[in-house]
Amino acid sequence: MTTTPTSETLLRIEKLLLHFRSRRGVVQAVDGVDLTLDYNEAIVIIGESGCGKTSMAKAILRLLPRNVEAYSGKVILTGTDVMPMTDEQYRQEVRWVRIAAVPQAAMNALNPVLRVGDQVAEPGMVHHGFSKEDALKQARKMFQLVGVPDDFVNRYAFELSGGMRQRVALAMALVTSPDVIVLDEPTSALDVLTQANIMNQLKRIKQSMGMSFILITHDIATSSELADRVAVMYAGQIVEVGDAHRFFTQPLHPYSHMLMASVPRLRGTSAPEFIVGQPPSLINPPAGCRFAARCPKRFDRCAEEPPTFKPEGRPVKCWLYE
Amino acid sequence: MDVKAGNGDGRRGEVLLSVRDLRVWFELRRFGFGHAGYVHAVDGVNFDLGYGEAVAVVGESGCGKSSLMKTIMGLYRPTGGEILFDGQKLNDLSGREMRAYRSHVGYVQQDPYGALPSFMNVRQILQEPMIINGVRDEAKRMDRIRQVLTEVKMSPVDEFLPKFPHMLSGGQQQRIVIARAMMMEPKLMVADEPVSMLDASVRVEILSLLRGLQEQHHLAVIYITHDLSTVRYFSERIMVMYAGQIVEKGKVDDLLGNPKHPYTQALIDATSDPDARNAEVFRDVPPGEPPSLVRPPTGCRFHPRCPHFMPDVCDKEVPPDFETEPQHFAACWLYR
Repeated sequence: MTTTPTSETLLRIEKLLLHFRSRRGVVQAVDGVDLTLDYNEAIVIIGESGCGKTSMAKAILRLLPRNVEAYSGKVILTGTDVMPMTDEQYRQEVRWVRIAAVPQAAMNALNPVLRVGDQVAEPGMVHHGFSKEDALKQARKMFQLVGVPDDFVNRYAFELSGGMRQRVALAMALVTSPDVIVLDEPTSALDVLTQANIMNQLKRIKQSMGMSFILITHDIATSSELADRVAVMYAGQIVEVGDAHRFFTQPLHPYSHMLMASVPRLRGTSAPEFIVGQPPSLINPPAGCRFAARCPKRFDRCAEEPPTFKPEGRPVKCWLYE
Repeated sequence: MDVKAGNGDGRRGEVLLSVRDLRVWFELRRFGFGHAGYVHAVDGVNFDLGYGEAVAVVGESGCGKSSLMKTIMGLYRPTGGEILFDGQKLNDLSGREMRAYRSHVGYVQQDPYGALPSFMNVRQILQEPMIINGVRDEAKRMDRIRQVLTEVKMSPVDEFLPKFPHMLSGGQQQRIVIARAMMMEPKLMVADEPVSMLDASVRVEILSLLRGLQEQHHLAVIYITHDLSTVRYFSERIMVMYAGQIVEKGKVDDLLGNPKHPYTQALIDATSDPDARNAEVFRDVPPGEPPSLVRPPTGCRFHPRCPHFMPDVCDKEVPPDFETEPQHFAACWLYR
């Protein structure tokens, strides 16, 4: 149920932290993330693999594995912190009711022995108490919305192409009309034309249903198709958040800068450049700025962890903007 | 056989690989025996590749680009047409000659982790091609391994030799795959989506490495990809494939700057560059999905999705290659 806008921001995340236990030590996958999301807004989280993007999505949705070492912070949905809720309460009131998700490789996550229509109908039956008939009717409506012929409800996942399966996964997230949808790499395994098609569909849904999106991806070019704002994640932390227009033309953090320069462009003449080195291990991340080892602009100050500065109101975690 | 020196040195401009009206069909069987038609994976493909030239094959999944490459590498037998490598017909080669031929062709797989045997360390992985090709002297093999590892910028070499694939990052794994392909000094390198599994920041690094090897060794490279934006920096020519056929081919700048075939135009329109204005517009995407290759559409295979469809022309006859500009071909009736 899409809530009517109030003065309160839709979603505010404060000091979100998620650490995992592993044989070699504690993995600091999400390490103190602050983020806000407004009504009808799409924020894109970009970063290299292993920077903690997916863990952040899991932390927001409370889809946690067993080896959690620490999980804390605030997830404030329209003024209410949902972190103190019990798992059962969270499941009934938040997950898939207020925040839904399209998981990574969703096209391969569909149940192979259930008709896709039944899978899309299920959240409606569980969370809204619809009868099977009504839920299926709703599922058909969702299929049309995401651009799948509605008689496909009777098909199985293997009878659909990759793009169609991805749309079905999206329909599954839409069916309860949540306020926020978390999309984890929604187009990375798809062909160019299918990708463009799905991005079109997402834009349309954002306009017509007024939903908000958190889009997690390493594909910066495609992410710009939906982004209102961009957040850059590096080694478990968010190093920059900015309005898409300003970010894509002039990123502030040296990492954002290099990340943008590494994107090959079809139009334009500058050849892409790669970022030397690798992201640090999240088990014992370096003290100070975590990007310092790869940063061409590092100086003495970088030995200390930078706070978030706000030049022109743009949050950036770098000493250059002190 | 000894490791031969020199790849395509001094033979720039000459044709290394020539593909003539190539067809690769796979038979479909019903209940294990009855004939149920063919999958026309590659259906009438023509092109030449020069010594030391890099060409990109662009197409969506299922368009037959991998079948084309596997046939070129001698892994599938062509159903029709022929492949000439260095003037020799591939169809005529005996088993032994075929093995020798394969040592001239390097292959870089899409998924580096899946392509490397998990139970072998880097030294064993890189020795394997030389053992298979009869390099008996272990000292010689180790010399070559050191040389190639330095070329793919895996140094210090001794640190990497005892490592197993899971101990390497994705980029490093792909370097090992490239090193393995370089081991026998191939004349031709086939790279099948070499960077699609890697991070954006590593992609450019691996592609630059391939480009460097190509220039240094005058290696001919076939780079298979679905990502048009990487193509222009890493190849000289592009071939666009759709439903088993090459619909457009030309020099990189001509083809990207002035695409002729409606399918190529659609691909270019659908490829985004990072720009916030993208969020404000909808992209034009042709309706539908690529056709089944069992019963492909008559005439031009793109006609059911084409915005310039001309009834009674496009759906009747297969368009030949029209030379719209020098060295720029489009298989489309718009240019007749």
